[in-house]
Amino acid sequence: MRGILSFGAYIPRLRLQREAILRSHSWYDASLSAHGRGERAMCNYDEDAITMAVEAARDCLAGHDAPAVDDLLLASTSLPYASRLNASIVAQALNLPEGIGALDIASSQRGATSALIQALRGGATRSALIVASDHRKSKAASAQELLYGDAAGAMLVGEGEIVAEPLALESRTIDMADHYRGAGAATDTYWEERWIREEGHTAQIPQAISAALHQAGLEAAQIDTFCVALPQKGAAQRIAKLAGIAPDRVHDTLAETVGNAGAAHPLLMLAHALHVSAPGQVLMLVAFGQGVDVLILRTTPALAALPRRAGAQGWLARGKAEDNYMKFLVFNDLLPLERGMRAENDKLTPLSVEYRNRKAVHGFIGGRCGHCGTAQWPRSDVCVNPACGATGTQEDLPFADTPARIMSYTADRLAYTPSPPACYGMVQFEGGGRLMMDFTDVDEDELDVGLALRLSFRIKASDSARGYTRYFWKATVADPLENRHGNGNS
Amino acid sequence: MATGIRDKVVILGMGCSHFGERWDRSAENLAVEAFNECLQDAGIDKAQIQAAWLGTGIETQHLGSGGVPLGVALRLPNIPVSRVENFCASGSEALRGAAYAVASGACDFALAFGVEKLKDTGYGGLPQRPRGPLNDIVWPNISAPGSFAQLASAYRAKHGIDARDLKRAIAHVSVKSHANAVRNPKAHLRKSISMDDAINAPMIAEPLGLYDCCGVSDGAACAILTTPDIASGLGKRDLVAIKALQLAVSSGSEAGHDSWDGSYFQTTRVASARAYEEAGIGRPREQIDLLEVHDCFSITELVTMEDMHISAEGRAAQDVLDGFYDADGTIPCQIDGGLKCFGHPIGATGLRMAYEMYLQMLGRAGARQRTDDPTIGVIHNLGGFPWQNVCSVSVLGRYGA
Repeated sequence: MRGILSFGAYIPRLRLQREAILRSHSWYDASLSAHGRGERAMCNYDEDAITMAVEAARDCLAGHDAPAVDDLLLASTSLPYASRLNASIVAQALNLPEGIGALDIASSQRGATSALIQALRGGATRSALIVASDHRKSKAASAQELLYGDAAGAMLVGEGEIVAEPLALESRTIDMADHYRGAGAATDTYWEERWIREEGHTAQIPQAISAALHQAGLEAAQIDTFCVALPQKGAAQRIAKLAGIAPDRVHDTLAETVGNAGAAHPLLMLAHALHVSAPGQVLMLVAFGQGVDVLILRTTPALAALPRRAGAQGWLARGKAEDNYMKFLVFNDLLPLERGMRAENDKLTPLSVEYRNRKAVHGFIGGRCGHCGTAQWPRSDVCVNPACGATGTQEDLPFADTPARIMSYTADRLAYTPSPPACYGMVQFEGGGRLMMDFTDVDEDELDVGLALRLSFRIKASDSARGYTRYFWKATVADPLENRHGNGNS
Repeated sequence: MATGIRDKVVILGMGCSHFGERWDRSAENLAVEAFNECLQDAGIDKAQIQAAWLGTGIETQHLGSGGVPLGVALRLPNIPVSRVENFCASGSEALRGAAYAVASGACDFALAFGVEKLKDTGYGGLPQRPRGPLNDIVWPNISAPGSFAQLASAYRAKHGIDARDLKRAIAHVSVKSHANAVRNPKAHLRKSISMDDAINAPMIAEPLGLYDCCGVSDGAACAILTTPDIASGLGKRDLVAIKALQLAVSSGSEAGHDSWDGSYFQTTRVASARAYEEAGIGRPREQIDLLEVHDCFSITELVTMEDMHISAEGRAAQDVLDGFYDADGTIPCQIDGGLKCFGHPIGATGLRMAYEMYLQMLGRAGARQRTDDPTIGVIHNLGGFPWQNVCSVSVLGRYGA
């Protein structure tokens, strides 16, 4: 049967305290305090829609065979490239085979749900990995700055041991510019909130829900979990009431812990809901934006047997409260910071070099010597083992999921980094291989020889003069759960 | 069967500029400053020099590439000038090239030159520079202190040394070098510091503070080499000879293979053992009179004392704190102030170390002169990173000793 095979999520570690934002803005706009509760997820300086997509996809594919993906669909409104496939970066980071299809889905808050609907309708037997990720910028002292959050979600769709089957897939497209972001603009523009609520949410969503229930042959009371991906406070409860769904069925919108993750929010919420659902439950997912998408899904017994993953809950638990609003401004390039002459180093990426090394750099694939068995990164013509030195014997060996530890480290205040000090050191992989790497999402006082690490796909450098973003892997504190999964490299 | 370089080549003359922030001097000016002293000391005419080797590290900051800039600066009469670069061992590489030329019989007189002008970047520390297209994609934005600081973390973990105890030992390394440079009129940093100054200085790269880092300097140094017979024929007495010239270069195993633990320099262990063999030194702790090692950072010097097979592994901190390497200790290390305080104009550094050995063996070291008749001196340069580097170990000594 065709349905959802797996789900995953990613939420950046940093959680900006809304109180910290308000402290800076209360002199200017006291009305912002209406949005002052809780925290919002915030990309570190080296995260963007691509890096979060990779993490959510890895979470989704935990325990799955990655090459079983036939199509990769990437939904976001904040992709780094307007021309140059973004999904192919994610595909290479996941080491998906060249035989897949890949597609970017841009500019729609419903992009991920519409892609999910298309994939579930399927027809062919192809499996699709749908990843949604958004890192939306906002003006200082805007409501969006408080309401938005950065995160990603992922769903694997196909035939087989599905964890959720589709009962209804309903879409409608209505050309209402509740908000927009013109091509080339950095931030969103919204029309009056009351108009959006009355003419948008209230007028459009309940109708679509009715149609979906009709399609599934269900009553509203049969919905166990109601996921509404809207940022406005109280919107989910209001729509539930209009649709006849009991208030206690309304799922946590993650507004107080993540914020609204834009195009990623529907899949993030669905991943969050599936993580705590029992088999046989009925979930409804609603996405809004120039129309409405409604999906009704029923979980299957296979849900209980799914390999463990961090999921939205796992990433939520790994959060670190960030009380410094200035970091948010700096990381989002909203402040002309004095970066010093050391930052002026030309970040030109030689594209032919990057392409030639794409498996090593984006895929983090090294080699294993067929003669002595030594694991090494990068894969090279001559084995690194001084006792071997065999030539032309190495096979590809992926390192991204291999547990690792700190062998040596420093916290460097001289080297340029957008978030000083620059922490880096020798990363020793279990089962062999090592590399001098950046650490990220690690506090200076956590650094210690022997600290358990996991790898994370991150922005390595940004060439602001030419608009190119360079990605590579960095080491961060291990999740004890993930560290149990090796890749045969140990 | 190779017989090595021992006593085949002697130093006819040497020169060394003042090191420091030479805002008013170009690299070419500094080269002339060192060369004039050297030529006068050698007592030959410029036209008698038959070949030159020029060592520079970061030539894009000053001279530019190739051998031409030295030929032009010194107005050398169309002789061969080869530019060599091997990180911080570039000066020692120039010495090696010139020494081999004399030893082979190809030249009677060869010039080894090193010069560097680092203080035209606009900021402190070594210049930012490209490291190759793939390295620039994958490496962290490594600074020199950040790379060498990591020795401390691995050394502490391996030997179970408390962070505060190791910080005290490396502070002593710097306090000693500062004290030594006070007595060196050509040194960059001529100011003594206290243990508290060193320990409480602003942090640069954990655990290295400001005083754990060497000076970034402008300067030049050079030597004219010849054979013992020619030097004697020119009336030279008390010849200082080259006893060993060794270089060890990483194969990539430290950076990529599990056999290295991060707490020591693999290449230094190899290069020093080969140099002692070439120089006929069987008991380095007893036979060496003077040491000049590549103290780019205090932790580098401390670890190097073990890799040079002088302190036992895990015992360098104790030897340092005992004053074994002080100016009045058993084997003075950096009696001229070292990279720490004499300064570190990269290409000149190896030749600056040779210059100090040369002065000490000729009794010309002034206020810092050792009075125990130094006979064997060992010079060490380390270029690159602890996990991937070149190491040069040279031995100088009295001819025939």
